[in-house]
Amino acid sequence: MQLILESLFNGVAIGSVLLIAALGLAIVFGLMGVINLAHGELMMLGAYSTYITQLIFKLPILMPFYNAYVIVAIAVAFLVSGVVGILLERSVIRRLYGNPLETLLATWGVSLILQQFVRSVPLAYGAGLIIALLLGLLLPIVLSKEFISNRYDRFIKLGSWSIATLIGVLTASGLSSSISKIGRASARNVDVTAPSWMRGGIDLWGITFPVTRLVIIVITLISVLSVTWFLNRSVWGIRIRAVTQNRSMSDCLGISTETVDILTFGIGSGLAGVAGVAVSLLGSVGPNVGGSYIVGCFMVVVLGGVGNLIGTVIASFSIGILTDLIGAGRLLTIWPDMPGPLASTVDFFATTSMARVLIFALIVIFLQFRPAGLFPQKGRMVEA
Amino acid sequence: MSLTKRLFLGLTSVVLGSSITACGGGNQSVGCTDCDDQITVGILHSLSGTMAISESTLVDTEKMAIEEINAAGGVEVGGKRYEIKYIVEDGASDWPTFAEKSKKLIDQDKVPVVFGGWTSASRKAMLPVYESKDAFLYYPIQYEAQECSNNIFYTGATPNQQSEPATEFMFKRSPAAGKPFFLVGSDYVFPRTSNTITKEQVKSLGGTVVGEDYLPLGNTEVAPIIAKIKKALPNGGVIINTLNGDQNVAFFKQIQDVGITPKNGYYVMSYSIAEEEISTIGPEFLAGHYGAWNYMMSINTPQSRKFARSFKNRWGNDRVVADPQESAYNMVYLWKAAVEKAGTFDDNAVREALVGVKFNAPQGPVQVMPNHHLSQTVRIGQITSNGQFKILESTDGPVLPQAWNQFAPSSKGFACDWTDSRKGEKYRL
Amino acid sequence: MKKSRQLKGWLLVLIWSAIIAAIIAAPSVLPVFRLNLLGRYLSLAIVALGVDLIWGFAGLLSLGQGIFFALGGYCAAMYLQLNSSANLPNGIPEFFSLYGIQKLPFFWEPFKSPLFALIAIWLIPAIVAGLLGFLVFRNRIKGVYFSILTQAALLVFFNFFNGQQKLINGTNGLKTDVTQLLGQMVGSDLVQRWFFWLTAVLVLLTWLFARWIVRDRFGNILIGIRDDEPRVRFTGYNPTLFKTIVFSIAGGLAGISGALYTVQSGIVSPQFMTVPFSIEMVIWVAVGGRGTLLGAILGAVTINYAKSLVSEALPASWMFIQGGLFILVVTALPEGVLGWVQSDGPRNLLTRLGIPRPLSTYPSLEADGDKEVKP
Repeated sequence: MQLILESLFNGVAIGSVLLIAALGLAIVFGLMGVINLAHGELMMLGAYSTYITQLIFKLPILMPFYNAYVIVAIAVAFLVSGVVGILLERSVIRRLYGNPLETLLATWGVSLILQQFVRSVPLAYGAGLIIALLLGLLLPIVLSKEFISNRYDRFIKLGSWSIATLIGVLTASGLSSSISKIGRASARNVDVTAPSWMRGGIDLWGITFPVTRLVIIVITLISVLSVTWFLNRSVWGIRIRAVTQNRSMSDCLGISTETVDILTFGIGSGLAGVAGVAVSLLGSVGPNVGGSYIVGCFMVVVLGGVGNLIGTVIASFSIGILTDLIGAGRLLTIWPDMPGPLASTVDFFATTSMARVLIFALIVIFLQFRPAGLFPQKGRMVEA
Repeated sequence: MSLTKRLFLGLTSVVLGSSITACGGGNQSVGCTDCDDQITVGILHSLSGTMAISESTLVDTEKMAIEEINAAGGVEVGGKRYEIKYIVEDGASDWPTFAEKSKKLIDQDKVPVVFGGWTSASRKAMLPVYESKDAFLYYPIQYEAQECSNNIFYTGATPNQQSEPATEFMFKRSPAAGKPFFLVGSDYVFPRTSNTITKEQVKSLGGTVVGEDYLPLGNTEVAPIIAKIKKALPNGGVIINTLNGDQNVAFFKQIQDVGITPKNGYYVMSYSIAEEEISTIGPEFLAGHYGAWNYMMSINTPQSRKFARSFKNRWGNDRVVADPQESAYNMVYLWKAAVEKAGTFDDNAVREALVGVKFNAPQGPVQVMPNHHLSQTVRIGQITSNGQFKILESTDGPVLPQAWNQFAPSSKGFACDWTDSRKGEKYRL
Repeated sequence: MKKSRQLKGWLLVLIWSAIIAAIIAAPSVLPVFRLNLLGRYLSLAIVALGVDLIWGFAGLLSLGQGIFFALGGYCAAMYLQLNSSANLPNGIPEFFSLYGIQKLPFFWEPFKSPLFALIAIWLIPAIVAGLLGFLVFRNRIKGVYFSILTQAALLVFFNFFNGQQKLINGTNGLKTDVTQLLGQMVGSDLVQRWFFWLTAVLVLLTWLFARWIVRDRFGNILIGIRDDEPRVRFTGYNPTLFKTIVFSIAGGLAGISGALYTVQSGIVSPQFMTVPFSIEMVIWVAVGGRGTLLGAILGAVTINYAKSLVSEALPASWMFIQGGLFILVVTALPEGVLGWVQSDGPRNLLTRLGIPRPLSTYPSLEADGDKEVKP
């Protein structure tokens, strides 16, 4: 019993990392039909945001609140990745709607640029740039309509962007002078340290539950619930779903499809940022951190079926539990006197590399029976 | 949207991209004021990709060593003083690229020597190039041995200069003495071969290895491995760790959470964690665990302090020095000594002259042996909470290198000697 | 009219003789290192032709061509390793002794025969591609799903080859430089020169082969599948069959390419199966011009040459340039450079810049016959 419980927990722990990482991808893919290969790099930005937030909280003024930095980091990461995602949507992806293969290639290009960006540009400057962008995009929204739409609107726009730039430059120089670690460009991986309350484990029923893993499970749970609520209950969620179902009709009914695009992509990217926080708590943060998760995320989306959150959830947890069952060789523990040939087969696959091979094979076999994943979209569709 | 506008957008993205890096270049080297001529050497490490993190520190060290030599009057060969210039090539963390760039340095730039490599896979990819072109590579990393090329000089430790003393220490004199072993590594040649040796050694010491597992490179999901360790070592024991780079971060963060700590009787001995890695992972996760190296920054000799100080002066006060860098530093000086002894840059003469060359390295005296490896001092250290090693043990003097391991069944009873034409790469002792 | 055709014929002869002369002369003009690079990049042109066949013509974006490329390379390297390990202890390649293996694994055995190896180089990748393709296409999985699945397959093959040290030497890969072929060392300048010529000839043959394929009705069906698959199916064709065949052909071409690339770079390793390399293959085709076979060859050679030049000068900036190239090609030049030239792009650009098109008849007549400019 204890064994099964431990295995289950491990599987859920692995699965929840997959789920939080795949959640944003599933939303963007399911609702917009866009494959975003830069999703891993948006996660990386989230992880770096966590790192910078942590360093800022180490400054003397904020030291008393250090234990709470993770919560702030989640918000920061969501904003940072969201803004970069929106920028990506406005500049590149918007031009490629309806061409998923082209989108795939373009986003791969973006991912290369983002990876090299964090290697070549000091983090402090990167933070300054993002703050400038954030303000520049936000100011016109925050300012009242009448104020903007008079005949000086050009100057006001110019003014708000220059204010944003100024603040960005100030942030960059302030950060790089007060925290020397991020004042220089470096290809070195950095490391996020969890606050002391998140380290260690809780002993229960003879099993140690690592607190970090529990926190990640909670973050995942909250993200999934709030996304579900947002899409099903909020006004904008309903608009998003309307646009997905029939874009031109929604447009006729007065829904701003452009805003819906921005919002959907922004939320999807923001969730990648939250995933970045989770990932940074587990391992090191480097330019390649996204790449190691992205293919797993795609597997989740393919297995779960497009445009279905329940499918995504079930797919992540199944892959997580399978990874643990196969990779840690648990079948042998649960059933110790397995017949010889079977036991040696199980043993052959009981390494992390071979577990991946086997899981992929299982997914391909599964797709032979259910080509559209666990929960295919209902209804008759003309293949296009 | 108009075509021109799209073109413009695309072009700006390219131009913006390249202009960001354009300011990254540095100055070539500190000149030698009274030199007569120049000699260009090759430096080949990964400057991009996953290995850039580690290998760029070696480039820094090699540049520093060359600058030091130039500032002290360059290399004196045949009565002429040569200033050392260097060409840095990028191996891009990709083994075939290492072979390609080696060909470029040898065929096109005609360098007399290449300093380079980190991973065993990159060395194995370069080896045939140097052998087929009879050129020279200096390789600075501790490695699994079981190789002895006439065209490579190895300045890192062989297993009997690192993992064997470490295993013996863990089994006999550590707090976990006599307890079972578990072996963890990244899935490539160094961990696999090193663990083969460790398994044989533990067996001959009378201990047990209760499990081993490998994590694919690039994968950081360590939960299944940790589950295996907890199952295999319920009451504490020794974990031999040969994980690579950033996988260590995930590993050490997460074993602490499930209670695999020195306090509970679990001791990790790592072969790839030096001061550089300690500062990245964070000493709070590593304190109390062990490491084995030839050089540790905490060695308190004038040479060691000078090495650390000049590195900090050159590259920044927050930088640290570690064993791989010390090996890289040594190999540049050993090459200088060899060409000065040979009186020429000619390959064969330098190869002969190099054997027997001594150098007063930061770790203490080292000497090049006939099997093209170095005799070095071995130290076992415990990681302290300020990110340094507390040196617990060190051998009395330099330990002779064994290119062919005496525990592994395939190489037991063999040795390598390039000074004797009848012995060569692999002869029976 | 007749005169211009004659002129065209002469021009063709001239171009062909120039190409042949260049190939024969290259080894004596270029330095050894650059020749070797050129040979390797030419061999990459073969895999690019395969990518062009499946993506440019049939609309299948495979991100897993690295699998077949590496398989071809492994087949060649296994033969070479066996061929030169006869006088080693046990008669098996040296690396096995590192892992304490005494007996050759069974699947190595047939590679002792050179004939088998020569066939295996293209047949094994073709079979694997056919099988993978059939399983995927049978279920009408296509578009991005297909791309994702091929990418995942790539990762699985990478993990497998990377993890199996005892079977195929894991990460280290197999070396070919110091092996023997017909009594000569493979890494020697002489053998390398022959490989260069062989590669050049094979690129030409592959190009002719690919042209032959797409010229025929087969090519029309492929284009039909790309543009409207259901309609092809309703017309009575079976798209699954055609897609499987063309994917399998591309796999075979990738295998040949991988073998040639391996013997000229001296090593085959699981690095050939990393994700970025396979995506790069697509970008060569995209830059050159998808759907134009010549574009694939030009793209593969030029981009790789540019890559080696840039990475020698500014190692860090290649990623930016490559990323920018992806975005640029997709957003601004969807037909690639050659496609842009062929669809009268330069002329249109000049027109836009205000230089009018030279007209030979009255403008009103010309306007009707004007080629439509694709957006």
